[in-house]
Amino acid sequence: MKYFRDIGSYFLMLKRVFSSPTKGSVMRELIFKEIDDLIIKSLAIVSFISFFVGGVIAIQTALNLENPLISKSLIGFATRQSIILEFAPTFISIIMAGKVGSFITSSIGSMRVTEQIDALEVMGVNSLNYLVFPKIIALLFYPFLIAITMFLGIIGGLIAGVYGGFTSASDFIIGIQDTFNPFHLTYAFIKTFVFAFILATVPSWQGYYMKGGALEVGKASTNSFVWTSVLIILSNYIITQLLLSS
Amino acid sequence: MIKVENILKRFGDEVILKNISTTFDRGKTNLVIGRSGSGKTVMLKCLVGLFTPEEGRIYFEDNAIQDMNTEQHRILREETGMLFQGGALFDSMNIEENVMFPLRMFSNNKREEMLERVNEVLKRVDLENVNKKFPAEISGGMKKRVSIARAIVNKPKYLFCDEPNSGLDPKTATLIDNLIQDITKENNITTIVVTHDMNSVMEIGEKIVLLKQGKLVWEGSNKEIFKTDNKDIVDFVYTSNLFKKIRDVQLKEN
Repeated sequence: MKYFRDIGSYFLMLKRVFSSPTKGSVMRELIFKEIDDLIIKSLAIVSFISFFVGGVIAIQTALNLENPLISKSLIGFATRQSIILEFAPTFISIIMAGKVGSFITSSIGSMRVTEQIDALEVMGVNSLNYLVFPKIIALLFYPFLIAITMFLGIIGGLIAGVYGGFTSASDFIIGIQDTFNPFHLTYAFIKTFVFAFILATVPSWQGYYMKGGALEVGKASTNSFVWTSVLIILSNYIITQLLLSS
Repeated sequence: MIKVENILKRFGDEVILKNISTTFDRGKTNLVIGRSGSGKTVMLKCLVGLFTPEEGRIYFEDNAIQDMNTEQHRILREETGMLFQGGALFDSMNIEENVMFPLRMFSNNKREEMLERVNEVLKRVDLENVNKKFPAEISGGMKKRVSIARAIVNKPKYLFCDEPNSGLDPKTATLIDNLIQDITKENNITTIVVTHDMNSVMEIGEKIVLLKQGKLVWEGSNKEIFKTDNKDIVDFVYTSNLFKKIRDVQLKEN
């Protein structure tokens, strides 16, 4: 029963997020601030992770190529496919659920605990529009972040493959270009938009409707990470089934 | 003027406010007092619209809040200022931005005009040269004063204060009380203060409403407290030995 109530309150929250808009000049500033907090400040960690994971994928693929008849270009091919199809959109989103999701839940949760959300409501501000809408808009830029991680992941694979002595640069680049299907990029970016919406709204819902004090803010952040990750994995499966299995 | 008629508020099966009716006059500091859990904060939150009572009506001047349309609600919110118990200042904004917030949301004034008004109200609450500080960098008493400045910056008709003295030393608490009373008189606004601070009751209680277990059990002014025999108000006010002695002296003098 509790799950039905929670799902209901999530959709009611979404309805309020898109009603009674905040004054345009104020909203514009909020959106820029959220782009900085959620996207720009995630760039360093996400770049670091994707560069080295790309390298690890290349090395692991190379070490499993025992048959001399299989071309070394497979290392580039496997790195490209792993990074574009799964690592960049899905696993970076799980990492973002930890970084950005916890930040959103704890910042909104702290505002709830210290009556800042009540203060907004008393002033006649639609607190959900004020707090959540700019996050949704800021995360529309999330695909740019994922595009950067795709690029850096493949570069990481190239550097690890070449400097580790597993392949040559030309073989790796041939592998990257081999049987490239542009729809895979479309599929990856469709997933990214869905994950961006989940990343903006689920942690906001957890923070906005939390009750209690500082301890509960911590619990809400943990729940936020769990539920955001679960929803990302589930929607990943559904989108893959719909778009790639036909 | 704010009038409440038979308001009833429940949380689940528990009735928190039981058919409360009273009037809070304009130009007066109206106090809602009572022990912890008596329902005074719930009553305040019903008045500011954070809770909706299940029964009864709340009138702002002659307009019942229940009959107002969205636009009237919006205007009422703009005419309302509230001082929260913990200040409820926005952590991510400095003092100037906090106080300017209602103006930015609801006025079309230029930034210079808004800044002028912000400095005017900060001066009114005796806070100067703190504009660029953040809430975490100022004391509890200063936070309350900033919160008052934010509440009055948009020239409200109604000011609500939830335990304005909690966590303050007696001298600062008296300063805050006097500030609230002075602002009420200067601007001729309707002020409602929720408190259980006896000094506030004696200092600024022009109209006092005592709640006990969700019921209104006494109403009057601070001057009437010395004359009344109502057991509930006597028990509540004269809890400390100091106040008991004051009452004994008062009774002897009478």
